[in-house]
Amino acid sequence: MASNVTDFTQDFAILNQRVNDEPLTYLDNAATAQKPQQVIDALTHFYQHDNANVHRGVHTLAERATEQYEAARAKVQHFINAAEPAEVIFTKGATDGLNLVASTYGEAHVQAGDEIVISIMEHHSNLIPWQQLALKKHATLKYIGLTADGELDLADAAKKITDKTKIVALTHASNVLGTITPLKQVAKLAHQHGAIIVGDGAQAAPHIKVDVQDLDVDFYAFSGHKMMGPTGIGALYGKRSLLDATDPYQYGGEMIDFVNLYDSTWTELPWKFEAGTQNIAGAIGLGAAVDYLEAVGMDQVAAHEQRLVDYLLPKMLDLDYLEIYGPHDPAKHTGVIAFNIKGIHPHDVATALDMEGVAVRAGHHCAQPLMKELHQVATARASFYLYNTQADADRLLNAIQEAKEFFSHGSVEAK
Amino acid sequence: MGLSKLNSLYREVILDHSDHPHHKHALADSTSTITLKNPTCGDVINLDVKLDATDHIADIGFTGDGCTISQSSASMMTDAVMGKSKEEALHMAKTFSDMVMGKEHPQADLDQLEDAAILSSIMQFPARIKCATLSWWALQRALMREEDQVTKED
Ligand SMILES: Cc1ncc(COP(=O)(O)O)c(C=O)c1O
Repeated sequence: MASNVTDFTQDFAILNQRVNDEPLTYLDNAATAQKPQQVIDALTHFYQHDNANVHRGVHTLAERATEQYEAARAKVQHFINAAEPAEVIFTKGATDGLNLVASTYGEAHVQAGDEIVISIMEHHSNLIPWQQLALKKHATLKYIGLTADGELDLADAAKKITDKTKIVALTHASNVLGTITPLKQVAKLAHQHGAIIVGDGAQAAPHIKVDVQDLDVDFYAFSGHKMMGPTGIGALYGKRSLLDATDPYQYGGEMIDFVNLYDSTWTELPWKFEAGTQNIAGAIGLGAAVDYLEAVGMDQVAAHEQRLVDYLLPKMLDLDYLEIYGPHDPAKHTGVIAFNIKGIHPHDVATALDMEGVAVRAGHHCAQPLMKELHQVATARASFYLYNTQADADRLLNAIQEAKEFFSHGSVEAK
Repeated sequence: MGLSKLNSLYREVILDHSDHPHHKHALADSTSTITLKNPTCGDVINLDVKLDATDHIADIGFTGDGCTISQSSASMMTDAVMGKSKEEALHMAKTFSDMVMGKEHPQADLDQLEDAAILSSIMQFPARIKCATLSWWALQRALMREEDQVTKED
């Protein structure tokens, strides 16, 4: 494979180990990504040298911690091309950000008879907050469907989004189908009808260049841990005009301006939405992950994954005992490949692959409505990232073949 | 290591049960019914139990989708508890969950599990223990629920 991406595995000590006596092939990146040494070092360095609470002290460490925390915010701002740092709110992750929007903006603007439009491919994190909001407000929840090859059906989106629609929430990349959705076009549709659009960037931000201004999304949520950052940190982008007009999510320290006995005023953005002591080290670690990805370049990250898909997907499609979900055209497929070996439960497949050192996910991928749509209870899923190689793709293919053989014959000769 | 380790899990008996599960059907006249879900994979089991007047399992059946392990475990469970009293069945369920967690048990208890005892090998595959225990949990819940109903009616 012609690749100008160099060997990244040296930055990821965790990848250099044997699992079940086989070299580890980590293909569960859609669940969470591994962390480069640079991110681990940033966390360690913070705790060893600079740890203090932010925005609270006049002492030197407090100053350093605050400076690094806000520098991380600026890194995230540039990473997604937000207009200003104040539009980036640190959260626990994508789930937290989506719930924030549903329970603040959604709570205030959705009324009985209104519509909320989402898609059938949503992760539960971008489905249940809207479903519950609709139930509570007696609003109608509508689902945009899929085209025959598993892409978002834009024509259906144009039908489902109406003047009654208040919120459209759509994933930017599917964690099952391996598709990038036309978020920008759907944002346009939403705006034409006076609705806002909320993007779920959990599977997109780690893998492709995201430009929230170009997409013209109103809110956009993603998680740090899927983009090589620590767990428990993520970011929510929101347009200033909307954030300013929205009430806080939680109340407490850090987010207040003046507290009187019977009322209070809120501090300015973004801190208005960051009540209590935040995951300071996590934010700094996320900043380090952004640095790492930017040093490679998001275009390079995407190109590397595309090369792997171009290599692997046709080979998987050649295996007639495999069922592949999502588009079969590699150009339309991200490094998330959901599949089943016909007649063998994905759980059994994943155990067999694990014995070969190949880590994949098996299950409903927190997308039960989509599983129903695909007429599957569960699937296996291999998902790739920057540090994966063609050799990893070959190991997956080989392990799939061995698993197929094993379950067809019921056993294998001991090696 | 490769797949040879799988041989200890996917033994012939287990594959037989999953290919041709016993008592895989719903009961029209069950006295207790339960639906349980394996949270990790979403597999679902519906279990129907029919207790007779003396609190013995007169009939039992299950439906639902699942992996080799959950299907064969359900099949072996229904074989083992058919005709047993509620007390005995609950004791067997306890034996089974203890067994897969690696706790020691008298051989007589293990013998009572019949084919199901072979699933002790699941210990080597911690991620799959829930697949094996799902049907036994369903049995426990179904029998306990039966108890609830009885006490309520009393
Ligand atoms: C598309 C999508 N949205 C949202 C989430 C939720 O992310 P988190 O669990 O980090 O909040 C995920 C994670 O699996 C995802 O794949």
